[in-house]
Amino acid sequence: MKTGSTVGRAVVAVAALGWVGPYLWMIVTSLKTLPELLHEPLALLPKTLTFAAYREVWNTVPVGRYLMNTTVMALLIALLQISLALPAGFALAKLRFVGKGTAFGLVLVCLLIPAQVTFVPVFLLLGQAGLVNTMAGLVLPFGASALGTFLVRQALLSVPDEIIEAARLDGASDLYIVYFLLAPMLRPTLAALFLLSFVFHWNDYFWPLVMTTDDHIRTIPLAIALLREQGSGMRWHLVMAGNVILSAPVLLVFAFTQKHLVRAVTAKGF
Amino acid sequence: MKPSGRGIAYLMLAPTIGLLVLFFLYPLLVAARESLYAWDLLTPPTYVGLANYRILWERGELARAFRNTVTYSAVTVAGSMSVGLSFALALDHPGRVAAFVRGAVFSAYVVSWVAVALLFMWLLDGDTGLVTRSLVALGLPKKSWLGDPDVAVYTLAAVSVWKIAGYSMIIFLAGLQDIPPVLHEAAALDGANRWVRFRHITWPLLRPSAVFVATTSLIISFQAFDVVRIMTQGGPVHATELFVYAIYEQIFMNLRVGRASALVVVFSALILGLTGLQLRVWRGKREA
Repeated sequence: MKTGSTVGRAVVAVAALGWVGPYLWMIVTSLKTLPELLHEPLALLPKTLTFAAYREVWNTVPVGRYLMNTTVMALLIALLQISLALPAGFALAKLRFVGKGTAFGLVLVCLLIPAQVTFVPVFLLLGQAGLVNTMAGLVLPFGASALGTFLVRQALLSVPDEIIEAARLDGASDLYIVYFLLAPMLRPTLAALFLLSFVFHWNDYFWPLVMTTDDHIRTIPLAIALLREQGSGMRWHLVMAGNVILSAPVLLVFAFTQKHLVRAVTAKGF
Repeated sequence: MKPSGRGIAYLMLAPTIGLLVLFFLYPLLVAARESLYAWDLLTPPTYVGLANYRILWERGELARAFRNTVTYSAVTVAGSMSVGLSFALALDHPGRVAAFVRGAVFSAYVVSWVAVALLFMWLLDGDTGLVTRSLVALGLPKKSWLGDPDVAVYTLAAVSVWKIAGYSMIIFLAGLQDIPPVLHEAAALDGANRWVRFRHITWPLLRPSAVFVATTSLIISFQAFDVVRIMTQGGPVHATELFVYAIYEQIFMNLRVGRASALVVVFSALILGLTGLQLRVWRGKREA
């Protein structure tokens, strides 16, 4: 379909309306007041520009703490994954040792097992260890990334051995080589990994739902979902204000890193 | 390359392998063992053999979770692939408008499932939802999109199509980039119209991308949970109880660890079967 095709234009119009529209409706709703919502729920614009819904959400729910919890959790996971995937990927790509095939096979198998399969036993395990409602319980199960290990290994395969040999002759230890020589060379891979992991875990609803019952450790997706469950009556303006708070940071990250994200997702295929 | 002492290799792998075994492989063994016990998390577990599996089978809970998951996944995958492909074809050209719309569609794949689920609950709200009202205005019958047991699972699938169509779209766009423009130009010179060119040039060359998208999104949709938990809680009358939600319900609402674990065992077999299929398809693609 060329730019000029009528069908093509119609499809573009549908895409624009269908995919931008809902975001706009979310924002418009969040700017309305309860009486407006009750009397004219379909008014395309709010009567006056009011951030009352945001203020109410902010005052009734500790949004700041939830945002903090979520950011810390997603950062810890992403950084832990990268710092563990680097040496593991290096060993699998560049070192010779007994059991290498088995280790790589194990990484590949784990690539195929989602958290949705293992959550019951992992929940029981972490419960016995007393890690329910802790940051450790949120972070540890995702500390090692099979995908990250795999991607780092693949990227390192194309780095010539001579670079590593030369660094060793200069007396550099393997750990130094991994973190200070190779890591900077893998910047694009690591950036993609960081983005995917950070955004995925920032958005994650499933694991925090399983692992937390307590308010102090709750993450923002859980808290916003709870906005709808708590209280009764018409509160869509509040829920949509919460929704804006939940999606704005991700959309902002998306706006600045769209190219990288597209490349990461295309390469990874998830 | 010269080995620098074996110890270092094991040291470098140990944290990753340790965590992967602890959180991905060992849990499968635990689930297999727990599935043979009845346990409510409070009193000591008792050994019951295969009773958990038998009960799930006899009550039709297994078949129901399976049927719902397959229905939901089939609609989600077929829908998001068709939408993704049409968008990719219509938006595969330079220009600000196209870039913006591509970004908007793909952004839905990046934002949280929670945000999307809540947004569509509001859009589909029975009395005041924008979509509900618009459909009525267009002359369609007023339906309870989430409250009707015959409709709810399709509604969830439609919302998921909205969420992941952008994923199909960017994979198809990447596939389109790889098609040499010269092929289209030559065919156009020979008088082939758009449809003929799509049928004989674009689609055959997009097949690998299509297979890739089909298998990955099938696996994504088999694991769906958030839309169910937020939009329907498995209802009405279990019509939207997908596999992962059924497991969640067994352990956290019914406090039946054994039955949840039995479902986990069946579900892991399904997922591993699907990924096995995926790997075979991919290998076939590479050899072809």
